[in-house]
Amino acid sequence: METINDLPEKIKTIKQVDKIVVRFSGDSGDGMQLTGMQFTDTAALAGNDTSTFPDYPSEIRAPIGTVAGVSGFQVHFGSTEIYTAGDSFDVLVAMNAAALKVDLPRLKEGGIIIANLQGFDKKNLSLAQYPVGVNPLEDSSLENYIVHKVDITKHTKECLVDSGLGIKDIERCKNMFVLGLLFWKFDKPLDNTIRFIQDKFSRKPEIADANIKVLRAGWNYGDSAEIFTMQFKIAPAKLPTGTYRNITGNHAAAIGLIAASEKSRLPLFLGSYPITPATDILHDLSKYRGNGVKTFQAEDEIAAICSSIGASYAGSLAVTTTSGPGMSLKTEALGLATMLELPLVVINVQRGGPSTGLPTKTEQSDLLMAMHGRHGEAPLPVLAASSPSDCFETVYEASKIAVEHMTPVIVLSDGYIANGSEPWRFPSQEDLPEIEVNFLKVANGPDGKILPYKRDEKLVRPWIKAGTKGLEHRIGGLEKENETGNVSYEANNHELMTKLRADKIKHIQDFIPPAKVDNGKELGKLLVLGWGSTYGAIKTAVKECIDEGFDVSHIHLRYINPLPKNLGWLLYRFEKVLIPEMNTGQLLQLIRGEFLIPATGFSKVQGQPFTTAEIKGRIIRMS
Amino acid sequence: MENLTLDREKLTPKDFSSGMDVKWCPGCGDYSILKQVQTILPDLGVEKEKFVFISGIGCSSRFTYYMDTYGIHSIHGRAAAIASGVKAANPELDVWVVSGDGDAFSIGGNHFIHLMRKNFDLNYLVFNNQIYSLTKGQYSPTSERGKITKSSPFGSIEEPFNPSELALGAKASFVSRTLDRDPKHMQQILKRAHAHKGTSFVEVYQNCPVFNDGTFFAYSDKETKKDQALFLEHGKPLLFGMNDDKGIRLDGLTPVLVDLNSNDFSADDLWIHDEKDRTKANLISRFFDTSFNGTYFPRPFGVIYADERPVYEENLEHQIEEVETKKGKLPLNLILSGDKTWNIL
Repeated sequence: METINDLPEKIKTIKQVDKIVVRFSGDSGDGMQLTGMQFTDTAALAGNDTSTFPDYPSEIRAPIGTVAGVSGFQVHFGSTEIYTAGDSFDVLVAMNAAALKVDLPRLKEGGIIIANLQGFDKKNLSLAQYPVGVNPLEDSSLENYIVHKVDITKHTKECLVDSGLGIKDIERCKNMFVLGLLFWKFDKPLDNTIRFIQDKFSRKPEIADANIKVLRAGWNYGDSAEIFTMQFKIAPAKLPTGTYRNITGNHAAAIGLIAASEKSRLPLFLGSYPITPATDILHDLSKYRGNGVKTFQAEDEIAAICSSIGASYAGSLAVTTTSGPGMSLKTEALGLATMLELPLVVINVQRGGPSTGLPTKTEQSDLLMAMHGRHGEAPLPVLAASSPSDCFETVYEASKIAVEHMTPVIVLSDGYIANGSEPWRFPSQEDLPEIEVNFLKVANGPDGKILPYKRDEKLVRPWIKAGTKGLEHRIGGLEKENETGNVSYEANNHELMTKLRADKIKHIQDFIPPAKVDNGKELGKLLVLGWGSTYGAIKTAVKECIDEGFDVSHIHLRYINPLPKNLGWLLYRFEKVLIPEMNTGQLLQLIRGEFLIPATGFSKVQGQPFTTAEIKGRIIRMS
Repeated sequence: MENLTLDREKLTPKDFSSGMDVKWCPGCGDYSILKQVQTILPDLGVEKEKFVFISGIGCSSRFTYYMDTYGIHSIHGRAAAIASGVKAANPELDVWVVSGDGDAFSIGGNHFIHLMRKNFDLNYLVFNNQIYSLTKGQYSPTSERGKITKSSPFGSIEEPFNPSELALGAKASFVSRTLDRDPKHMQQILKRAHAHKGTSFVEVYQNCPVFNDGTFFAYSDKETKKDQALFLEHGKPLLFGMNDDKGIRLDGLTPVLVDLNSNDFSADDLWIHDEKDRTKANLISRFFDTSFNGTYFPRPFGVIYADERPVYEENLEHQIEEVETKKGKLPLNLILSGDKTWNIL
């Protein structure tokens, strides 16, 4: 094979396209997540709309070269608005045979494969369990695709032969070769990634130099190698004007909490225990010590929520973050917080369940648990985020409701939007709604009596910060007498308190925005009702169907408890209602139960988000 | 702290009574503990509104309702975790955890050990009656082997925890024991616990007259107390017996019983209690449940171990200041924008 340096001038063509999906796929140790994120950053900075889907195994390093160890990062970018990470890919980067085996089924016919030759040697083929003697790069099995076989390892080594680095360090640079090559393929500049490398390895300049050198070599290889003749150009997207950044759902949640803390002037306290896929919120918030953020890595999930309850009693904006199994452990304490009527934000980044389930895969199967997962009658507000950037607003709203209505609030996110990213036209501090906090300063009862459970017109009790002079009072998990909060086992009082706690939550309906049709008419044949991370797939499917002449509309819910006041009215205006969910029909049950309508469910529980095609297919079938 | 209270009226024990009917059984040791706590609080130089009592579930945990302070009667075993949050959120609060042997060592065992390790500056009282009382008489994690209860009609087959040994193993910075029937001693220990900066663990032997009556009487009854209880004092020899005629000497790392009447040894030869010595504290904690060459020693009371080390909430505040000084407080708008943005025109 020719070396990079002595290639002749070649003829290349440039093709304009609207959108492209690239899947970076390799071994867990191949750096595919980082490569994908860098690619996304650059595409976003170049003005493309983007949506990403990191899809990785739960093992940190599954056996090298096996199908179990394949880690993928999918990015959808384009010059039009993008709402999902894409059903299938146009380009598949396969660092080894296992990666090809796992991801080939979702590569479009005629799509491009960039295969790392060394990942298809005898050993890798056998690890990927191809039959002896079979190499997909050498038989006719890939003839419907455009296959570029590149000896990435060899080129990387050649490039760094004089670097003085050891073989391990050299091998670690090979993802930069891929990235450089992809940047060439899509006509993107290298400068953003070069700055990133310089920052990341500021203390190891020799490693930084090596990575940059290999990145450039990848770009040059694309520019000069005979096998690459076509470049793609994706123009900037026509997004609403403004300043944008790229953001993942977990980071959006973290800074949503900081924003809520600053706007409410309450110190922020996070009690949390590490759990996939929620841990990044703990990581992110831990970095803001300088802003007074108190993160407390508790000894377990129970201590995480309990410490937050304590912090709330002491007057903090208190938060706990977790995923399914952790949510199960927190349920008793959540009941306590409901009984105490203290503000608390609980973020559940859902994953596949039950039990340990699919830790790194996505699902929406904790909705009914959020609604009902406590003993006794313990209603709570439940909000769901619909996209990575929407995690910001949803968490902000949840914080506002928690402190203004004195209640724990559950926020549902999930693995797909928590790790996925998209461009976000971020708000400024001044745009954010105010959060009102009024701590009780003096006794609120007759004759200087303190009445911790005396309610205002919203049915909300006062927040009394421990340490306030003259307002010493006790609260607890035992049923309490109306207004005084003293322990009471009186029959009618218990019924009254149960009703008051429920009415308080129901009353929040008056403070949340009405449901509105996201796409389509307010009256018609078919309504697709969604919640949470299915937003992108439903939005794209409904949009395409409307363009194709179907009578279909889309409503997406952020507020699930209480539901928006006008939702029933809207639902009754459609002949049919379709509810797609990544569970076996949980919102479906709630909607049927609440509005007595024969809504139809559409469920997917494969640990993977819906594709647009799946939802589109169902809409067409129901039309 | 002292200055702040000068212009206020001197508080009395009555100021700390919530006025709610106390509903423990007649003769319950909890009454004494409530009384001693209410007695010492006015003397601590702390403003009343700073006190927060957090309890779990069990007879002991009703305590919070009877105190006219801030308080949460929470859920079983979790008081330590809630208290951690209260203290981390506001280090100025004077936090007390009230728990029982089941609440602290069984369902709350994990929180107990981690609280000791994290060392918040708060006080952790465990009313140890060696029985589950609120559920009407089952063996607890401190019940002795062979204990006959409703859930162990043929005798408990479990090895009990030794609470002070457990606390030491969990790196507690203050470990002590007192008992309900010795009010003076309890007041002393409570004051010491409060003065200690760090998590102060106070095990209180508490009589349950209904389900485990008399378990600890030997340590307070005149006829037996002197022989069976060892009252520790920092810098004083380990001395006990009816006529203060028995002592404990340390032979290497083995405690040896010494008869001071025998003329072989005098008080000068005895082990001098050093609260700061962790190794010796561990030996003392095991005196009554470990055989040292066939000898068991009396039950130790008092401060077994006390040595201050950095406390959690101060480290936290310090780190916040340090990072703020080094990196500055990020303006919200900068947090919202991150460091990489682009414009769509």
